Amino acid sequence: MPRGSSAPTRRALIGGAAAAALARPAIGGTPPRVVVVGAGFGGATAARCLAAGGIDVTLVEASERYIACTGSNAVVAGLRGIEAQTFGYEALGRTGLRLVRATASAVDPAARRVTLGDGTALAYDRLILSPGIELRFDAVPGYDARAAEAMPHAWKAGAQTVLLARQLAAIPEGGTVVLSAPANPYRCPPGPYERASLIAHFLKTRKPRAKLILLDAKDTFSKQKLFETAWAKLYPDVLEYVPLAAGGQVSEVDPAAMVVRTDFAEVKADVACIIPPQRAGAIAAQAGCADRSGWCPIDPATFESRLVPGIHVIGDAAIAGAMPKSAFSANAQAKVCAQAVIDLLAGREPEDPRLINTCWSLVAPGYGISIAGVFRPHDGLLADVPGAGGVSPLDAPDAVRAQEAAYGESWYRTITRDVFG
Amino acid sequence: MRAPHPALALLVALVWGTGARAAETRPPPGASACTGCHAEGSAMGVLAGRSADEIAGALDAFRSGARPATLMNRIAKGFDAQESRAIAAWFAAQAPR
Ligand SMILES: Cc1cc2nc3c(=O)[nH]c(=O)nc-3n(C[C@H](O)[C@H](O)[C@H](O)COP(=O)(O)OP(=O)(O)OC[C@H]3O[C@@H](n4cnc5c(N)ncnc54)[C@H](O)[C@@H]3O)c2cc1C
Repeated sequence: MPRGSSAPTRRALIGGAAAAALARPAIGGTPPRVVVVGAGFGGATAARCLAAGGIDVTLVEASERYIACTGSNAVVAGLRGIEAQTFGYEALGRTGLRLVRATASAVDPAARRVTLGDGTALAYDRLILSPGIELRFDAVPGYDARAAEAMPHAWKAGAQTVLLARQLAAIPEGGTVVLSAPANPYRCPPGPYERASLIAHFLKTRKPRAKLILLDAKDTFSKQKLFETAWAKLYPDVLEYVPLAAGGQVSEVDPAAMVVRTDFAEVKADVACIIPPQRAGAIAAQAGCADRSGWCPIDPATFESRLVPGIHVIGDAAIAGAMPKSAFSANAQAKVCAQAVIDLLAGREPEDPRLINTCWSLVAPGYGISIAGVFRPHDGLLADVPGAGGVSPLDAPDAVRAQEAAYGESWYRTITRDVFG
Repeated sequence: MRAPHPALALLVALVWGTGARAAETRPPPGASACTGCHAEGSAMGVLAGRSADEIAGALDAFRSGARPATLMNRIAKGFDAQESRAIAAWFAAQAPR
């Protein structure tokens, strides 16, 4: 169901009224100011939780609308429109927070100040960064921002998603799709395999003589047995999986010739989706919060940066131990981080948190699988609570697969409403 | 009065202040993640306003396997009976939607 930039809904207005009704008590005359950068799954959640807690919060977001990655593999495969992924920020603006449409271009941690693209400076007592990812256009020889126009990554949803969907729809009979998955860590561990599944579904039902080659820069991946079992059953003649050990690592691409090279082979593609390695959104590195891995080490109880005091990093940009880079994780981390920031500003000790992640993948329409985890701080990282979590049973009957597909869709509607109103 | 947005419901109790009362109203560990699924309009159902016995009983039954589930069995195992009761009590105290 597309929600997006519709007229104000009743629930959004009520939510806004509730938030506005809260007092904004002051300490020494000035209420503490929190700036949040990025209004995606992490940042938007954190900002509205802080606003509800009576904090003076400014949310800085570069884009006019949010286009969600979750569910976007279905758009690639022509199963839904991009409108269903698109959300406006109108409801967020009514929750009592200040929404600033701008790019945060620099952070001065010593002065506790964020500078926006137009030179405006925002002072903060605490800063939360949820900038998501940056694609590493220096990682795969031949694959840069221009190459992505010929060989879309579609790993940030929007124009790239639509482009890949269009290319796939136009593939010739008997054509070849090449899809490449990066090494860990990256946004959405099961995402490339859900994408492979739904592209295979598209080919099987629309271009039965076409093939998909999935090149992987690793040998193991999330929900692997579930995916591989489903592929053997549903797409045996369509999908060929090439793990690292069999030469799955992409060594070079040539977008003009539509060629993807590995150490062992050269594949001519009609459609090539290259998902390159990633790092934390640029502002995180600019603020000094990223380490040499390109990601941001954090304290697992508060999400405060290990490198820069006063700055918290949540969502994909953070190194969250066993917690995967998912929208569910970003939302759960945002709530814990907002609570910790409220506690810290009030001089209270933050509690040791417990976080949950669940992630459903669609293998085919009506065929869903899931992974779940419960996490707690352990040895300075977020670790799995032993005995909890895990994946759907391998031998589940079709009815359970159908139910998981329906739950996944329901979760998408719920979480996007939780985040964007 | 209708309860506010699910994400807000977690923290609205926490009006700015340094008193012990505010600390007491913090959601217990784990509770804030539940509304990622269990919110208004979801197939998984709303937790706010349900009785504590019902929620804690469901978590216990998911944990033991007595109640069949696609996924909650895997999550319930991350919380013991006491932690489940704290989460249940917290949701029971929220205004129903
Ligand atoms: C194909 C695909 C499928 C996926 N499926 C799932 C799924 O089924 N379930 C799931 O849980 N997760 C899924 N994910 C993962 C999910 O999309 C991400 O984990 C999630 O978006 C991370 O949230 P975030 O807040 O860290 O970043 P984002 O949601 O990317 O938000 C970052 C925001 O910050 C803004 N921003 C960045 N820098 C600045 C700046 N300097 N100034 C101002 N604004 C800035 C950006 O414009 C953006 O709006 C999927 C991802 C992909 C690619």
